[in-house]
Amino acid sequence: MSEAVKQSGGGTVEYIQHHLTNLCAGDCDPATHQATSFWAWHLDTLFFSVALAVLIIAFSIRLGRNLSAGAPGPLQNFVETILEFVAGQVKDTFPGHNPLIAPLALTIFVWVWLMNFMDLIPVDLLPLLAGFVGIHYLKAVPTTDLNTTFAMSFTVFALIIYYNIKVKGPVGYMKMFLFHPFGKFLVPVNVVMSLIEEIAKPLSLGLRLFGNLFAGELVFLLIALIGGTMAVGWAAAFWLPLQVILDLGWLIFHLLVITLQAFIFMVLTIVYLGMAHTSDH
Amino acid sequence: MNITVSLFGQMLAFVLLIWFVNRVLWGPLSAMMAERQKRIADGLAAADKGKHELELAEKRARDVLKDTKAQAAEILAQAEKRASEIAEEGKASARAEGERLLQAARAEIDQEANRAKEHLRGQVASLATAGAGKILRREVDAKAHADLMKDLIAQI
Repeated sequence: MSEAVKQSGGGTVEYIQHHLTNLCAGDCDPATHQATSFWAWHLDTLFFSVALAVLIIAFSIRLGRNLSAGAPGPLQNFVETILEFVAGQVKDTFPGHNPLIAPLALTIFVWVWLMNFMDLIPVDLLPLLAGFVGIHYLKAVPTTDLNTTFAMSFTVFALIIYYNIKVKGPVGYMKMFLFHPFGKFLVPVNVVMSLIEEIAKPLSLGLRLFGNLFAGELVFLLIALIGGTMAVGWAAAFWLPLQVILDLGWLIFHLLVITLQAFIFMVLTIVYLGMAHTSDH
Repeated sequence: MNITVSLFGQMLAFVLLIWFVNRVLWGPLSAMMAERQKRIADGLAAADKGKHELELAEKRARDVLKDTKAQAAEILAQAEKRASEIAEEGKASARAEGERLLQAARAEIDQEANRAKEHLRGQVASLATAGAGKILRREVDAKAHADLMKDLIAQI
């Protein structure tokens, strides 16, 4: 029995590890296929995120070519609904007017949702297809890579700093660090508190999305293991239906999660940039 | 799970995607939606204006109809008056003509009667002279008894 458990356990760990390893290029460990220095490219992450971005652009161009103000088609209606939803969120939470905020929010919502959606594709399907063309490592969900989530949250962070300085002025921005939140008698505490508060914004944004999607991916992998490792002989009659039911349940629940995470990322971006635009802090 | 240079690749992709979304999706679509909103607002305003104009036109039509009716009534009244005047005039001229004809007829009758009387007088005188001649068996000298004859004629 111990032999069987060891074997199955080893296979399980290897299976999960393999699935969570990016397709690495550049400074990579040849054995574990992990990045060994900063100069390593995660090709799968880049490929899928850029492919989805291109999909969005191509779709937009096609939609933009036959826009109709009088008689919109079902597709245009659908896109308009999303656009109005995002515009409504911006109007509700963002003070004043900035033409960048709404397109930024729309981009985040749509792109993050699509990248999250890659999670709903059966976990073994894309790596299997990639295996046929000689690619043996593939992590298909870009948002389970910290590089993607931090890329977005750091970009938002850069915008936060830019608009803070633009709206409050360099002196006003400094004052915010010095005199907020406890007034002028606790300047050192204020600086530490403000720094933590500011740095927590990009970190929480990036880590929240990464954590949710990474965990979701892991659960999908575990569910896939039910049918993969335990279904031997007659036991398959029990384990395979269980896998299907669990997978379906998690799929439906995860559909909610990916939408919610995309929405949260978008709303928090709007809120943070809105805070950067208010001058009396 | 390690942060690599992919971070910058993703950042570039993100920034480019924002630019593209703004360019090809948000820009055209929101412009179109703003245009639609304007069109709807314009349409509603035009409908309001049309309704108002319709009311004005109806009012104007009512006024014109009222004026026309009043004019027609006036014209009718004038025509009736004129007709009765003409009738009166006709009656008066007919009466005058009748009167004139009557006078003329009377005058003629009188004239005829006078002429007949004169004629009769002449006849009576000659008859009386002839009768007297017969009675006296002799020729009456008309000249000798002219005065007597005149008296006689005057008495007739």
